Amino acid sequence: MNRLKSPKELEILREEILSRKALQKVCVSICLGTSCHAFGGKKVSEAFQSEIERRGIKNKVEIKNTGCHGFCEKGPIVVIHPDEICYVEVKPEDAQEIVSETIVGGKIVERLLYKDPNTGEKYVHESEIPFHKFQTKIVFDYNNKVSPRSIDDYIALGGYLALKKAIFEMTPENVLSEIKEANLRGRGGGGFDAGRKWESARNASGSPKYVVVNCDEGDPGAYMDRSLMEENPHIILEGLTLGAYAIGSNKGFIYVREEYPYAVENALFAIEQARERGLLGKNILGSGFSFDVDVHRGAGAFVSGESSALLTTLEGLVGEPRPKYIHMAEKGLWGKPTNLNNVETWANVPLIISNGSSWFRSIGTEGSKGTKIFSLVGKVNNTGLIEVPMGITLRDIIYKIGGGIKGEKKFKAVQTGGPSGGCIPEQYLDTPVDFDELTKLGSMMGSGGMIVMDEDTCMVDVAKYFTDFLKDESCGKCAPCREGLDRMSEILERITEGKGMPEDIELLLKISSLMKDASLCALGTTAPNPVLSTIRYFRDEYDAHIIEKRCPALACRNLVEYLVDETKCTGCGACVKSCPSNAISGKKKKAHSIDQGECINCGICFDICKFDAVVKR
Amino acid sequence: METFDTLEVDHIIEKYGSDRSFLISMLHDVQAKYRFLPEDVLRYISHKLDIPLINIYRIATFYKSFSLTPKGKHQIRVCLGTACHVRGGQRILDSLERNLGVKTGETTEDEKFTLERVNCVGCCALGPVVVVDKEYHGNMEVSKVEKVIEKYS
Ligand SMILES: Cc1cc2nc3c(=O)[nH]c(=O)nc-3n(C[C@H](O)[C@H](O)[C@H](O)COP(=O)(O)O)c2cc1C
Ligand code: FES
Repeated sequence: MNRLKSPKELEILREEILSRKALQKVCVSICLGTSCHAFGGKKVSEAFQSEIERRGIKNKVEIKNTGCHGFCEKGPIVVIHPDEICYVEVKPEDAQEIVSETIVGGKIVERLLYKDPNTGEKYVHESEIPFHKFQTKIVFDYNNKVSPRSIDDYIALGGYLALKKAIFEMTPENVLSEIKEANLRGRGGGGFDAGRKWESARNASGSPKYVVVNCDEGDPGAYMDRSLMEENPHIILEGLTLGAYAIGSNKGFIYVREEYPYAVENALFAIEQARERGLLGKNILGSGFSFDVDVHRGAGAFVSGESSALLTTLEGLVGEPRPKYIHMAEKGLWGKPTNLNNVETWANVPLIISNGSSWFRSIGTEGSKGTKIFSLVGKVNNTGLIEVPMGITLRDIIYKIGGGIKGEKKFKAVQTGGPSGGCIPEQYLDTPVDFDELTKLGSMMGSGGMIVMDEDTCMVDVAKYFTDFLKDESCGKCAPCREGLDRMSEILERITEGKGMPEDIELLLKISSLMKDASLCALGTTAPNPVLSTIRYFRDEYDAHIIEKRCPALACRNLVEYLVDETKCTGCGACVKSCPSNAISGKKKKAHSIDQGECINCGICFDICKFDAVVKR
Repeated sequence: METFDTLEVDHIIEKYGSDRSFLISMLHDVQAKYRFLPEDVLRYISHKLDIPLINIYRIATFYKSFSLTPKGKHQIRVCLGTACHVRGGQRILDSLERNLGVKTGETTEDEKFTLERVNCVGCCALGPVVVVDKEYHGNMEVSKVEKVIEKYS
């Protein structure tokens, strides 16, 4: 690869790539995001490759393994450009037919089109599918167009032009004020004003200065940062380099959680490519500005995603938070001025510089500009990664994009904000998604997990789930958080076991307010949110557990009973074999029964029965 | 006489330019090589990088990814992130515990499998998810557990 020595050379390279690509008329883009990968996307890609070779049309058709298209539920996804014909749940055996029918013959393979389960309607083009239609993709727009290992793909789409514009046509102050004007708020949870943060780091005395990408993505149930880092690492690198230019830094760090091995690999690969191209390293594009990046891996600790803890981890120490009165803009990494932002925050930066702050401000609400990427998961029909404009309602997300609740079930709540967030009930579904609105409801935007829960989800169990998660993850440095979570977990445990006491709710509220006031870091101060929001909106469920000793959702193990519906049981014996405590018996082909004395309520028979003959009560 | 190949460990240390701030990454590589963090290796690193052993020990015990006892040949990680939790991940974990005869965090006697729970592996749309080594098994069901174990036996 040639090292580019001037902005002109970047333009020439881009033209070259574009004219090379123009020769290949058809492009088959195959999603190899983690989910599609798990569904066998790689084999599909290989099948296409060999079919194209067999037919000798390799020079006309480009096969591109791209990142996540978002619609993970229906993977592997294959899109044929330029007509944007989208096939879902594609198998390797389908490659031959798609090549001969669609690519050569120009016809549609009906059976592979996406069919809306609610209306039965079929869709040919990816962007018409309701899941995509109601989204606004700006950051994510690249993901299905670039191959993560190809810097050329990114350059072809205008990548690194923002960087070129910034360092040759703008002063660092101009870049900073553009970000300030855009009113970009941090996507990592708190929604801090990114421009103001940058400015403090820029104005701080001391050198060197550092910039950091937070890709710890600790929220269990969210994966948009992973997707961005894995599938379009260059947009993050470009954003980070722009930030460094504005702040006056020459060294950056990307911190990636260890559970994301491909994100680490692709980030390292992208850095290497950008260095070879002269877009990173010494004297970028011959401008005299130098900037380089290292990648660090985490090791499985939620609290290390907190900004001050992350910095201590980067120093090679144990990742525990520091008190907030030490400002990292002045004293961050190794005591030097440091600016840290979330992956998605950085990824917005090149777009703002390219398109201008007024373009960015035209999307979103008064207080929250731009878009937000969510991982829409749980009990909805269409799960996956979505990018929506700020201000869209929760209802539109869940029903228009998500296609409603799975099965015949009723919606109960949507959880946002991860372990620091809360559960939002039905009556607030028309709330616009916005940093401040969600906080008002006792939840928060968080990093973008959006977990939909139906009537089978027990809200006390959800509160217990997050409390236990945080109990495990609390670093233990401060007592309110360490002890508070331990006690809360005990209380919730006894409530879900049917041993709760009427005064338990008061006690939970008391501990919560203490933790909010006295904890050292935001892990502790926000930890009560799941408990508080479920008490606020689902008090009746707590009461049912405590007073009636009953779990309305039939989810708490100690409060349910499993029975056999004799009219449905065929006596197949599948449950007998799988029951771990030998509690099920009965004659072959005759209705079976469960011995309640032996039953440990594990629910395996309920899961395994093909005839719905095991019922919960 | 060392109980391990010092050259290999030197290689890991040099890969990160003997830079102490990369200690966690080095420990990851050590763990990948030995399937745990052997005491001798930690002592060696402590000596080479001039980091007090207590600091290394703190890191080795603070983070969930590290283990001071040998892990199994295959690592089974059951996701209990929120999305997988609401879709029944716990039952999958229970079933694996019973099938393997170990508790979460333990290694089977034949050192074939280590069973772990993790919080979100980043493909929530497929929940519940089980990851064995680097392979993802999505939409897991209790009835599929045995087959998954067999595949690696
Ligand atoms: C316990 C805890 C865990 C956090 N985990 C993450 C994380 O995984 N990713 C992230 O971007 N921010 C996380 N944050 C927020 C960071 O502290 C920080 O506010 C954020 O990364 C700043 O970036 P932003 O301004 O771009 O949002 C966490 C905060 C706390 C208190
Ligand atoms: S919650 Fe299991 S993969 Fe995200």
